[in-house]
Amino acid sequence: MSGIFGTLAAAVIACAALALAGYAAPNWLVLIATLAFSKGLVALGIVALMRGGLVSFGQGTFYCAGAYAAGMAMRSFEINDAALLVALGAVAGLILGVIIAPLLAGYRGIFFATLTLALSMIVYGILNKTYSLGGSDGLNLHAPSFFGYRPAASENASYALFLFTSLTTVIAAAMCRIHFDSVRGLLSHAARDNEIRVEYLGASVRWINGVNFAIAAALGGIGGALSALSLGHIDPDFAFWTTSGEFVFLAILSGYVSVTAVFVAAVLVELGRSYSSQYFPNTWQGALGVFLLLIILFLPGGLGSLALRLRVSRAKPEPAPAETLK
Amino acid sequence: MKLAAAILIDGVIDASWLFIVAVGLTLVFGVLNILNFAHGSLFAVGAYAAASAVGWYYGGGLGPPFLGYLLMFGAALAVALILGPLMERGVLRFFYRRDEVVLVLVTYALFLILEDATKLIWGTESYYASEPYALLGNVSFFGLSYVGYDFALIGLAVVTGFLLWFGLNRTISGKIVLAVIHDRDISRAMGVNVTRVFAFAFTLGVFLAALGGAFTAPKISVQPGIGITVILLSFAVVVIGGLGSVEGAAIAALFVGFARAAAIHLVPWAELFIVYLVMALVLAFRPEGLFQRASARKI
Repeated sequence: MSGIFGTLAAAVIACAALALAGYAAPNWLVLIATLAFSKGLVALGIVALMRGGLVSFGQGTFYCAGAYAAGMAMRSFEINDAALLVALGAVAGLILGVIIAPLLAGYRGIFFATLTLALSMIVYGILNKTYSLGGSDGLNLHAPSFFGYRPAASENASYALFLFTSLTTVIAAAMCRIHFDSVRGLLSHAARDNEIRVEYLGASVRWINGVNFAIAAALGGIGGALSALSLGHIDPDFAFWTTSGEFVFLAILSGYVSVTAVFVAAVLVELGRSYSSQYFPNTWQGALGVFLLLIILFLPGGLGSLALRLRVSRAKPEPAPAETLK
Repeated sequence: MKLAAAILIDGVIDASWLFIVAVGLTLVFGVLNILNFAHGSLFAVGAYAAASAVGWYYGGGLGPPFLGYLLMFGAALAVALILGPLMERGVLRFFYRRDEVVLVLVTYALFLILEDATKLIWGTESYYASEPYALLGNVSFFGLSYVGYDFALIGLAVVTGFLLWFGLNRTISGKIVLAVIHDRDISRAMGVNVTRVFAFAFTLGVFLAALGGAFTAPKISVQPGIGITVILLSFAVVVIGGLGSVEGAAIAALFVGFARAAAIHLVPWAELFIVYLVMALVLAFRPEGLFQRASARKI
């Protein structure tokens, strides 16, 4: 494995490549990629949880918290700087996560999934009736500035937001990669296989899951704030369970082996959505369902496991051991 | 007093259809270990099928009005016999050895497919099947007027619950199902045809969802999106009651029914999330629901 420096080098290269690609790409693609990266960050949070064996069906809670934190800061306190707004989103997600975490600590499997779902629906219900926050209509936001720079033309603004989102995404992804490869990150894998064994080895499963949950919450907040900036609008649907379901879909599609795969999956799904809503709007969900079934059936490790298989088969002539991916 | 009576009666009426749907969900979880996300869509398909059948029957004036109820029952049965085996044999059986959470995702995929399939078959406009709703006249309680059909629905829920309890606890095939719930591997070793029990239990679950849908159809306008509300509500009922528990589903349905009725009468703005609040509170104190089953810790 390449280690921390390899990850950092890859991050710098990724940033440069994204900046060039965004400059060359048409505006519609830049807009789609911005939104896809924002959503990918939330899915990355679920991936962090999945490595410890937990799947949250309520990441919409943090996504929504981040979006509303950024939105309220912009509207009430006239904070316009994207970096500040996203930082506020992260803090909002993190604080909410730290409050909720003790409540969820004892839950696993379906109970964890349904309880997170219930919490997100409570947030959804409350926001729908909170008229000072726009109720069910939500609120409109204006374009942010970037470290003092305020783009004049709309094309410049979308490219600037894309650059900023890419930078945030690459930093978050690199930090996640470093965390995943660290001792604590690897312990998540062990906890997923057998919690009792990990406890006997002297590590705290509660703490491992707590840290993963906090990471997921903060990433949810960042993703929410970035989505709010790129959509220019926030509403309670950010916390609706179908939104959370979409993040779980992304996480399953990408698998928990590769961090990059999350964002590849996000861009693919976002592209698929924009094409199908144009050409076959009534069967898009169904197609997504069929696709999800096929992935779970034939590629249980997700898209990321494809890359791993390729890497392993290049290093050794033997095929990759499929069991270790499960 | 009048308000308390209204909350009580509304709660029980709400609980009745909710119980029919939720008990199907809990049965499927008990036997197959699958929390079926598509259950709400099956409710919707049942409602659409019944609404179409009722519309066709009363529209043409084809026979005595009361036969419409039989037709609604038949519609639910037809939905179960077609979709139950199709989903269980056609899709779910390929995923049985997977993790519980992965199975939830599989049924989530089925939910997405069914939602679009209902839109393709029945379109996006609303269906109304109000004729059977008015047939039983009105009933008066504490000066409050209620539609007789709503009370018939309570009766249907009680009968369904009793038949299910009796079938599971007092018949040979029911005991075989209980054995499979307890330990499918040992049951298989003892010569039980577990595959058949799975197919049967899933189809019965589909039937209960469709039955709930068919008999709720006259009360509502059947339109896209009803499945989503129902799955979230019955999810809450099943989780509050304890996954896999029939008695739990009954008590929890009443819980949820009363909570919703109380919210509608007392704090209308809380109606959207009161159910999830109750669910979160119950889970916070009893992590596996009110009627949790003791399970051996497998290491």
